[in-house]
Amino acid sequence: MIPAPTAGLSYAAMMICLALIFLVPCAAAGLALISTGLGRSRSASHSMMAAMCVLAVAALAYFVCGFAWQGFPGGPAHFASVGGKQWSLLASGHFFLRHEALDGVPASLAALLGMLSVGLAALVPLGSGADRWRLGACCASTAVLAGWTYPLFAHWVWGGGWLAQLGTNYGLGRGFVDTGGAGTIQAVGGLTALSIAWLLGARRGKYMHGGMPTAIPGHNGVLVILGCVLALVGWLGLNSSGAILYNGADPGQTVLAAINTILSAAMAALTAAVITQARFGKPDASLAANGWIGGLAASSGACAFVSPAAAAGIGLLTGALVTLSVEWFEVHMSIDDPGGSISAHAMGGLWGVLSVGLFARIPAAGELGGQSNGDGGQWLAQLVGIATLIGFILPLTYGLNWLLDRVYPQRVAAEGERQGMDLYELGAGAYPEFIVHNDEFTER
Amino acid sequence: MRLFGFLLLLAGWGIVVCALALLAADAPRIAFVLAGIGVEIAGLVLVIRAHPVRRGVHE
Repeated sequence: MIPAPTAGLSYAAMMICLALIFLVPCAAAGLALISTGLGRSRSASHSMMAAMCVLAVAALAYFVCGFAWQGFPGGPAHFASVGGKQWSLLASGHFFLRHEALDGVPASLAALLGMLSVGLAALVPLGSGADRWRLGACCASTAVLAGWTYPLFAHWVWGGGWLAQLGTNYGLGRGFVDTGGAGTIQAVGGLTALSIAWLLGARRGKYMHGGMPTAIPGHNGVLVILGCVLALVGWLGLNSSGAILYNGADPGQTVLAAINTILSAAMAALTAAVITQARFGKPDASLAANGWIGGLAASSGACAFVSPAAAAGIGLLTGALVTLSVEWFEVHMSIDDPGGSISAHAMGGLWGVLSVGLFARIPAAGELGGQSNGDGGQWLAQLVGIATLIGFILPLTYGLNWLLDRVYPQRVAAEGERQGMDLYELGAGAYPEFIVHNDEFTER
Repeated sequence: MRLFGFLLLLAGWGIVVCALALLAADAPRIAFVLAGIGVEIAGLVLVIRAHPVRRGVHE
């Protein structure tokens, strides 16, 4: 069992952490606006309604059993002996947050941050399932994610689980490090988004008979850019509170985390704009927004442990990665991801996890929290985390959503797509006065 | 093919976990972790190829 990283933190640090956690809902608002703006106008109201429902279901599922299974370092857990080492596999806390002291102690802050973080992860698939994912299915899928998939991986990373123990058990650096959730929130959400996009299939009219995609542009760029700014505020809170709570950083170190967060997002957005300018003659607003979010997602990995120059470099690579992968997913993999969620969150998050191993300068044992520090091998710990995300979490989340799809079909009926999700599922549109529907279903 | 791809993903992860648990020396451990990731990539390629464009074409 590894000790809590917050063992040496003061009460003031805990209160600063609490204040930072209160910023995290801005990230959720930002993601909701982005997926709404990048979707069709006929589904705008449905998209925002789905975001609200997803946040609500995620919070409730996490309250019921999520935190009990995620836990906090030093808490009760189920262990397995693997090769003579004790691996913590799953926390064994009480359901419904019973017997938890919700008074500002680190475990209670982890419960609060987790309740918001799991909502953030659950919002990610809304972008890839836009315009065709039924409201009830969104909620059911979110319950599975928030009640099982997310807590399981979050325990392994933030609850003192076997990935966090890679440092103490095998001398791999400080074990798997994920400051603000590049893997735990972004990659888990992004891989779930990939599963949902596969299961739902493309929107009608997206691909022609030859397999070539057609452009279905987002309906409101203003919402998208506003969402990006709001997301930045939320990410500042997310990365800074994660640095304090899960890495034992001093509150003063959150300045570095915040600067790195901004630099990564800024460089990623500008890189995406430059690449699209060079390729298409004009900068693309939606891809620049995806680059911005990808930069934020990537910054969550190492924001507390890299120099500002390294953070800018991480952002630069993220911008290129996101821009190119959006096209790759759409054209070569035939994956219809209206919100760019898979590229921004899965690709950005996985790159953020890897960047810890490549660029982070993590203080030695005793300088930061109570965790041990091996002589090296941090990059190997990060690779093991990435292998776990792709090799275990992706099949798990796909399998669970596939089962759900058998019981409760996730895709809306063809009539719902033609009418728009607003009218079909909610009975009223978001813009009743002026909307004119083009018919995208004519043969081209 | 899709099921086989997902099984390869899980098998790759199993190789990574076994490398951690069973190998003490750095070099073979690193080699097997990288091999496990390679198997995962093969599984991912299979899963991608097994997902055709569904329900997205003009009807």
